[in-house]
Order: sequence, then C-alpha cells, then structure tokens
Amino acid sequence: MDHPHLLVHDKEDNVGVVVVEDLKANTEMLCVVTADNSDFRLVVKSDIPIGHKVALSDLSEGQTVTKYGEDIGRIVAPVAVGEHVHTHNCKTKRW
Amino acid sequence: MSQYKNQTVKAWRRENGRVGVRNHVLILPVDDISNAACEAVANNVKGTMAIPHAYGRLQFGEDLDLHFRTIIGTGANPNVAAVVVIGIEPEWTKVIVDGIAKTGKPVEGFSIEQNGDFETIKQASKKAKEFVHWATELQKEDCPLSDLWISTKCGESDTTTGLSSCPTVGNMYDKLLPDGIYGCFGETSEITGAEHICEKRAATPEAGAKFMKIWEAYSRDVIFAHQTDDLSDSQPTKGNILGGLTTIEEKALGNLEKIGKTSRYIDAVGPAVAPEKGPGLYYMDTSSAAAECVVLMAAAGYVIHTFPTGQGNVVGNPIVPVIKISGNPRTLRTMSEHIDVDVTGVLTRTQTIDQAGDALIDSIIRTANGRYTSAEALGHREFSMTKLYRSA
Repeated sequence: MDHPHLLVHDKEDNVGVVVVEDLKANTEMLCVVTADNSDFRLVVKSDIPIGHKVALSDLSEGQTVTKYGEDIGRIVAPVAVGEHVHTHNCKTKRW
Repeated sequence: MSQYKNQTVKAWRRENGRVGVRNHVLILPVDDISNAACEAVANNVKGTMAIPHAYGRLQFGEDLDLHFRTIIGTGANPNVAAVVVIGIEPEWTKVIVDGIAKTGKPVEGFSIEQNGDFETIKQASKKAKEFVHWATELQKEDCPLSDLWISTKCGESDTTTGLSSCPTVGNMYDKLLPDGIYGCFGETSEITGAEHICEKRAATPEAGAKFMKIWEAYSRDVIFAHQTDDLSDSQPTKGNILGGLTTIEEKALGNLEKIGKTSRYIDAVGPAVAPEKGPGLYYMDTSSAAAECVVLMAAAGYVIHTFPTGQGNVVGNPIVPVIKISGNPRTLRTMSEHIDVDVTGVLTRTQTIDQAGDALIDSIIRTANGRYTSAEALGHREFSMTKLYRSA
C-alpha cells in the first residue's frame, strides 16, 4: 500500500490527522482508519501542516468533534469536508 | 507472561535488593545555599555529580514533606551507589541522610554552619573520593528485566504522539507489566478531558476513586483557584497547538495511549511517593511539566523513563536515563540527535504498534546494559523540584 496522507483513529471519528509534510491543497489523500485498516479517498481543500486535522464531513456550529471515538470538543465556526479543523473553529468543552 | 520473561540485563543489585542501571555517586544539597559547596566537591572529585536545585529553606507542612521526599528519594534511587549530603545546618541534613541510609547504601552528611564552605568542601571531598573508589569497583550482574521500574511521561506532544509514540509505550507496558515490572504514569492536568476514561482503567474501584479524588482536588485547588481566563493558552501548550492539537480533551486521549490496551493501574499515589502495593502500574499525581514530572518519578524509585514526544522535547534527568520516542518525521528530520526510538514507520503504516513496542523494549534493554540515551549524551540533567506553595 502507498503511504497514507491522513490517519483516522476510529470509524466514528469526524476528523483525521495529516501525517505527511507539505500537503498541498486539492491533493486526493489516501486516508486509513487505524482501528480496522480500512481506507478511503478524500480531497483536501487547503495546504495543511503535518499533525493538523481535516474534517471528514461538513461540520456545523455546536457539533461535537469526535476523535479516538471520543468527544474532543465542539465546533464554533462551520467547517466543510476537507477543510482544516483547529483552534479557529474548534474549542474545548472544559476550560 | 511475555516473550521477555527470561530476558536479563547487566545491572547493579543494591543493598536493599533493588536493581539500578546507573552507578552515580551524588553530591546532594539539602538546600539552595549549599549548591556552591556541592558543585565544588563534584569539581574536586571526578566521577561524582552535584545536583543543584532552587529550594529547601523555610518550607513547611506538606510542601516540606514533598521536598524531603524528593531529595531522599533521589539519593535512595537504585541508580545511585552512594551519596554525600551537604546542608546549611545539621538537623535537616540528618533528616536527608537518615532517609537515604534506610536503603543500606553508603551516605554521609556535612553541614556548613560553624565550618564554612572551605572546611565543608575539604571534609566532603575526602568522603566523596572514598565513595568513588568503592562505587567504581562494584560489579554488574545479570538481573531479570522484570526487576526494572519503568516510568513514562510525554512532552511537546502533538497528534502524532497519540497515533505512534504513546501507543508504543502502551504496548511496552502491556508486554512487561505481566512479567512483574513496576510502571508509573501521571500528569494530572493533562488527564483532564479523559478523566472518566482514566477512572475506568483502574484495577479496582478503590484505585479509581483515589485517582478521581486527586484529579478533582487538582482541578479545584490549582486550576480554578488560580485561573485568570481559561487554560487554553497553557493546556494545550503553544507547542502542542503548532503540532495540531486543538483541545485538552484531544491531548488527554493521546496521553492515555501510554497505558496501552490491557494495563490497569493498581493504585494512585501522591508526588514522589514510592509504590507500596507490589509490581504493577501506578498513577502518580504530578505536574505535566516534563522535568518536574520525571524528577518526582525518579524520587519514587523508577530507574528508566520512557518519553514519547511529537514536536521534540529535549528533557533529561541527572540520575535516570530518559528514552525519547517519536513518530513525527519532521522532528526526526530536524532534531534526530534527541530521539532514541524512531517510530515514524507507524505513520507510514510500515511498522505496527507491536513492532514499535518491541523496538522500545530493545532500547530499554540496551539502555539498562549501559548504553547512553540521547539525553545523557547531550548532558540533559534537568532537576526541577515541585513546590506546592510559598515558603514561610
């Protein structure tokens, strides 16, 4: 198998992690779910640094972000599939 | 039992039966104002190491107990062969000496008042030289790998740590804990967001309740008592955010990957408290700051530390070898001199977590046999003590 561009922890997750350097906008990413080794393709909408997250579906304000199959926070500005998810559109539910 | 059940390492069996993987002769200050004398002794006598630090005067109550526990525990650690203790006055110096002496190892105390630095340094240097001659003749012997106490804490985490280096440590614990090692994880602030999951990872309801009590006290007495707006600027850290981590919940879930799939902690203990319930995994109430946490775990008796990093933390410890594990290809490209175990293959799907765990265990064995870690080779000896409140 080619090296994946994006890894997703769990089937339930709505975000994945970029695991290659210099990922460019409009790349058709190979995405692998580590829990069961299944894979899919997704086009990334912007240049995204290694380690940063990409939305796997359209996410609306208030929606829970799921990673590791668990709640990691809430969406505070709408995100389209393939877009960058980070501190500008996702916040903790704690402090 | 694992494939490593009969694995041995060449190490030092100490007077109290514990196994050490280094053979340090320490010159240990009781307090900040004894640092200069300790450094002078360490300069006089080669093969010794002074551990200067910032505290030890006018502390009281629980904070003083923690100070004593940390200094005594550092001297008592099996990676230490013998200790010269220097303090400003005789009484607290004796507290430290008596605490370390319980291990049966050679220890002698000196105090500066009424002697001055010159006389203290002269007397302490004579003793230090005796200890070095004695310690350098101690022979290593074959000891079971399962006699090692191995701690963990991650630092400069990013999203790659939760995918690769943290589950690598978890795989090591899943393999070695059933063989009888002691393990330790902590970082109370960083469990926030996954505390409900951590509670469920206890071996007993009592251990889970003890963990929750520690976590709730920390949230109440530290976070909410001192917060100004929210903690999003400190947890996750700026480095974490650069690395792609967005929230404390996300960071906590990655952090907890270090305790693997099957491991369960048997007790939750205070900072620098030695485990008392036999072999197994322990939760320790620690700061998430790297040096503070490693110092507390070393003071509890752990002899090797495994340290997953994403963005590239460079921390070491004076007495405990710190093994760095990273899966971030950019970190391996830009600062590989700090990384001992490269698990970038986990991200390219060319290495399984099982293989990565074996690579870490191989590094633990080689480190125990004497190979310097990157942090040791680069002279990283950060010794930061945890202070609970202002001194009197």
